[in-house]
Amino acid sequence: MIRYILRRLLWVVFLLFAVSFITFVIFYLLPSADPAALRAGRQPNPALVASIRHQLGLDQPWYVQYGRYMKNLIFHFDFGFSYQNGVPVRQLIFSRLPASISLAAGAAFLWLVVGIGVGIIAAVRPRTKLDRASMGLALVGISAPVYWLGLVALYLFSSDIGLIPILPGANSYVPLSDDPVAWFTSLIMPWCVLAVSFAAFYSRLLRGNLTEVLSEDYIRTARAKGLSERRVVFRHGLRSAITPIVTIFGLDLGILLGGAILTETVFNIPGIGRLSYSSIVRSDLPVIQGTVLLGAFFIVFANLFVDIFYAFLDPRVRYE
Amino acid sequence: MSALLAVQDLKVSFDTEDGVVHAVEGISYEVKPGKTLGIVGESGSGKTVGTLTIMGLTRAANTQISGKAIFDGEDLLSATEQQMRAIRGDEIAMIFQDPLSSLHPFFTIGSQLVEAIQVHNKVSKAAARTRSAELLTMVGLSDARDRLNRYPHEFSGGMRQRVMIAMALANEPRLLIADEPTTALDVTVQAQILELIADLQAQTGTAMIIITHDLGVVAEVADEIAVMYAGRIVEQASATELFANPQHPYTQGLLASIPRLDRDRTAGLDPIAGRPPSLIAPPSGCAFHPRCPRAFDRCSADLPPLERAAAGSEHLVACLLSPEERSVKR
Repeated sequence: MIRYILRRLLWVVFLLFAVSFITFVIFYLLPSADPAALRAGRQPNPALVASIRHQLGLDQPWYVQYGRYMKNLIFHFDFGFSYQNGVPVRQLIFSRLPASISLAAGAAFLWLVVGIGVGIIAAVRPRTKLDRASMGLALVGISAPVYWLGLVALYLFSSDIGLIPILPGANSYVPLSDDPVAWFTSLIMPWCVLAVSFAAFYSRLLRGNLTEVLSEDYIRTARAKGLSERRVVFRHGLRSAITPIVTIFGLDLGILLGGAILTETVFNIPGIGRLSYSSIVRSDLPVIQGTVLLGAFFIVFANLFVDIFYAFLDPRVRYE
Repeated sequence: MSALLAVQDLKVSFDTEDGVVHAVEGISYEVKPGKTLGIVGESGSGKTVGTLTIMGLTRAANTQISGKAIFDGEDLLSATEQQMRAIRGDEIAMIFQDPLSSLHPFFTIGSQLVEAIQVHNKVSKAAARTRSAELLTMVGLSDARDRLNRYPHEFSGGMRQRVMIAMALANEPRLLIADEPTTALDVTVQAQILELIADLQAQTGTAMIIITHDLGVVAEVADEIAVMYAGRIVEQASATELFANPQHPYTQGLLASIPRLDRDRTAGLDPIAGRPPSLIAPPSGCAFHPRCPRAFDRCSADLPPLERAAAGSEHLVACLLSPEERSVKR
């Protein structure tokens, strides 16, 4: 097990290297706006642009730039400075991270509770009206794009423009450390909007898994022992049906921690997603590189964690 | 001796998208305390559905059940789910065909045994574990304490079935239902498991219903045998009588299709022609008539009742042939 984890960690390092390299190469190979020209303002003169270019190191070959970037990253954990405003990327990311974590964690909690709950109810009452209604609704939830749902939610419930103005709308995010209550209320709508498609997908997945598991022989054994139906479903059925959910949950959460671009944009939440979006628009390579690496980091670690956790969930899985 | 379990005219059918499946079409039998009834039949003859229904494990919105199953004076078919839960695993226990798929892959053997004990007895976990270890020793597994912490996949097929038997006997049931207990096992292991079941039955005095398609299995353990075909019992007699004097052409066919050492090897086996009938649209009259080598006009029209093979005999058979015609060896 330890050997397995060590081997996987080596792979993580290699993977992050590869991701950073590919991001760099894509940035230089594909057409993008000149960061120096963007930085130079409305009336740039060539001399100013050239001096900015020199200042940012953009006049050097890309491999020199990449080497310097990686050296700073590895030896100083330094992600460089934004081309746009000269702020350290590390500082930018760490100031944005709490918002993304808040959004992802709250939504994840919500979709797990709703998705698993609905999935169980639908699975233990197959082919009933309740089952069909919840699964039909789930299909709608999966199909509805998050930006559309977000706008509809704002139109209906936000305190400034909503028809039923009961919740703080866009641009109301307050850090947890400033005001926990305002933090919570400002995130209710984003949480719900972000959680809808996940909850819908998880409920359908769990319904499918659990229905299948409940027809397994060992469930018949559990019933033949005289266990209550509740215990059969929750202890014996759910235990098996939940394992694939754990896998996807790890990956989904990993992806979202790297920034929920659409939701953050609709609700104007200052998270990693908005940061990466604006950095792409402004050709701000150090920030792009930083957010991409952060996203990759979360995803590969979520993957690793899921794989290790799986060995605890399913005793048949053993890693050499 | 009064019966421990008396099944009377049990019928089970399922509504499916393809039509109504008549799985069990009115079967009656008795199991006496400490005795063994063998139920023999092909896949789809209703032998498993019948016993699962007695356990209350086929209850569903699309299932119609009628008849009676009197266990210890109570009708199991009209018992509430709560009453059935108290009986399942305590008074009546089951062993299933495939011990690998019948044990939960994610729980240790110990926790599954402890659960079976604790659901019916108010005992501490430690006491239940001690009892579990005793049970494993009883079914012939060494290092019982250590094995409690192992998972089903770490056991061989025969060992898993021993665990299933231990679990079934955990609460000293009065009736044990063994559904194809040896089918998924190697031939050498089959014999060991049958021997174990017979030994334990002798020790505990448990009555047993053993369901199988294998006449060799019932020959070893059963006192009484019922042969099922298409949801009905077509022949029923004591084991010795049935093997010595099979009356129904189906039973005769089953016996003829078994390879025997005392027969010429070049002669080949005598299989029963055709395939088991559809339970959605069973053949008219005697369901066996399309495959019966001795069917005559009436067989496709009249349903033969299960009657005494001869006056005063305990041997029951459902066949329209006359007793003389039936006993003619082909």
